[in-house]
Amino acid sequence: MTLSINTQWAKTVVPVLALGLLATPAALADVGSRIWATGGVTTIEGSAGGGLVPWAVLGSYADDEEWGGTAALSRAEVDDYTLSVTGAGLNWNNRIEVTVARQTLDLDTLGFALQQDELNQDIFGAKVRLAGDVLYSPWGQWSAGVLHKRQRDFTVPDTIGARTDSGTDVYISGSKLFFAAVFGRNLLVNATARGTRANQGGLLGFGGDRNNSYEVMAEVGAGVFINRQWLVGAEYRQKPDNLSFAREDDWWDVFVAWVPDRRLAITAAFVNLGDVATLTDQQGVYLSLQGSF
Amino acid sequence: MGTTNIRAFIAVVMIAAGLISSGCQSLQSQPDNSLYLQLGERAGIADVVEDMLYLIVEDERINHQFKGINVARFHRNLTDQLCELSGGPCQYKGREMRELHAAMNITNTQFNALAENLILAMESNQIPTGAQNRLIKQLLPMYSDIRHL
Repeated sequence: MTLSINTQWAKTVVPVLALGLLATPAALADVGSRIWATGGVTTIEGSAGGGLVPWAVLGSYADDEEWGGTAALSRAEVDDYTLSVTGAGLNWNNRIEVTVARQTLDLDTLGFALQQDELNQDIFGAKVRLAGDVLYSPWGQWSAGVLHKRQRDFTVPDTIGARTDSGTDVYISGSKLFFAAVFGRNLLVNATARGTRANQGGLLGFGGDRNNSYEVMAEVGAGVFINRQWLVGAEYRQKPDNLSFAREDDWWDVFVAWVPDRRLAITAAFVNLGDVATLTDQQGVYLSLQGSF
Repeated sequence: MGTTNIRAFIAVVMIAAGLISSGCQSLQSQPDNSLYLQLGERAGIADVVEDMLYLIVEDERINHQFKGINVARFHRNLTDQLCELSGGPCQYKGREMRELHAAMNITNTQFNALAENLILAMESNQIPTGAQNRLIKQLLPMYSDIRHL
C-alpha cells in the first residue's frame, strides 16, 4: 500500500518538477499572460480554487488568446486518514477549464477492521467562466462548474448506507480581488454554492439513508496577498450529512500559498475535516505542489 | 446541521465585515497625496514609465500596438496621468482613454501584458507593494475604456 502511494507520487512529482526545471526565463510569456497567482491552485477535486473549495478562477495562466495547463500533486495527512490527490487541467482562452483528478484515501486506522486499505475516486470536472474578470470587473468573475465523481471501491460505502457509487456536483462560484483593501494589500474573496449528494466529497459514495437528494452547500474562502508571491487565507466548506452511521462535519482550512513564478505554486495548509466515518476531530497538514504550462 | 449552518453564517459575516471595514479605510485615504509621495513624485513616476516602455518594446504580445508612437509624448502623457491619478500636482493633457484605444482591439491578454510590465517596472524601482496596489486600484476604472467594453 505504501509502495503504491510512493509510486503514484513519483509518477507525478517527476513531471511536475521537470516542468519547473526545463522552462527557462525566456519562455515566461509562453506560460500564459494572466497576472501571477490569479489561476488559484488545484483543489483536492482537481478544479482551480484553493485547497478545499473551487473558486470562479480558471486554472493555469491562459488568457483570452491562449491555452494553458496544470499538473498538481497534493496530500493531506490528518489524524486517522491520508488523502493523496493527483490532478491535471487544461484551460482554453480563460473561458473553459477541463480537469481530472484521482483521489486516494488511505484508511490508516480503520483499514484493518474494514479489511480495506484505501478508497479511490476519479473526478472529471469542467468549469466555464460566465462573466467578468477577477481583477478588473467591479462585480468580479462568475463561473459555473460540474464535478462528475466515480467512486472506485464501493464495498465500504455500500455497507454504511451510501446509495450510489457515482454522482455529479454542480456549482456556481464568484471571485473578486479587491486592490489595496487590507493595509494596502490585495484581498481575494470567493463564494461558491454547490449542489451535491456526496458523502465526504464522494469518497463514501453518494446519497444515504438519512438523505438521498441534492442539497445546496455554501463554501467560502478569502485570502490576502502579502505581495504577489505570497497569499495567506482561509476556507470554509459546508457539507451534507446523509449517512446515519456517523456524523459528517463541515471542513475548513487555513492556508499559505507561495507562487515564485507562473510555473510553480506550493500550498501548505492546516486542515480540519471534523468527524470522518466515526473517527472524531480529524485535523492535520495539507501540502500541494502545482506546475503550470 | 444546526451548528453547521451557524458556522457557515459566521464565516460569511466575518468576510462581509472585512470587506466593509476595508472599504471605509480606502475612503479615508483618498484625498491625500501619500501615494504620489510613495511613488517618488513625478521623477519617480517618470522612471517607472521609462522602465515600462523598455519592457513593452521587448514584449511580443503588445509591442506591435505601440509601433509608430511618439515615444517622448507617450512618456510625458502617461507620467502626467499617473501623477494626477496618484494625487500629484500634474494634469493629463492627452486624449480621452476610450477614444484613444477605440481602434486597437485590445484583448485581455494584451491588457494583462501591460499590467505585468507596469508591475515589473514598479518592482525594479522599489515601489512598495501597498503603493503598487493603490496605483493599480486608481487605474481600474480605465479597464472597460481601454478594452472598449
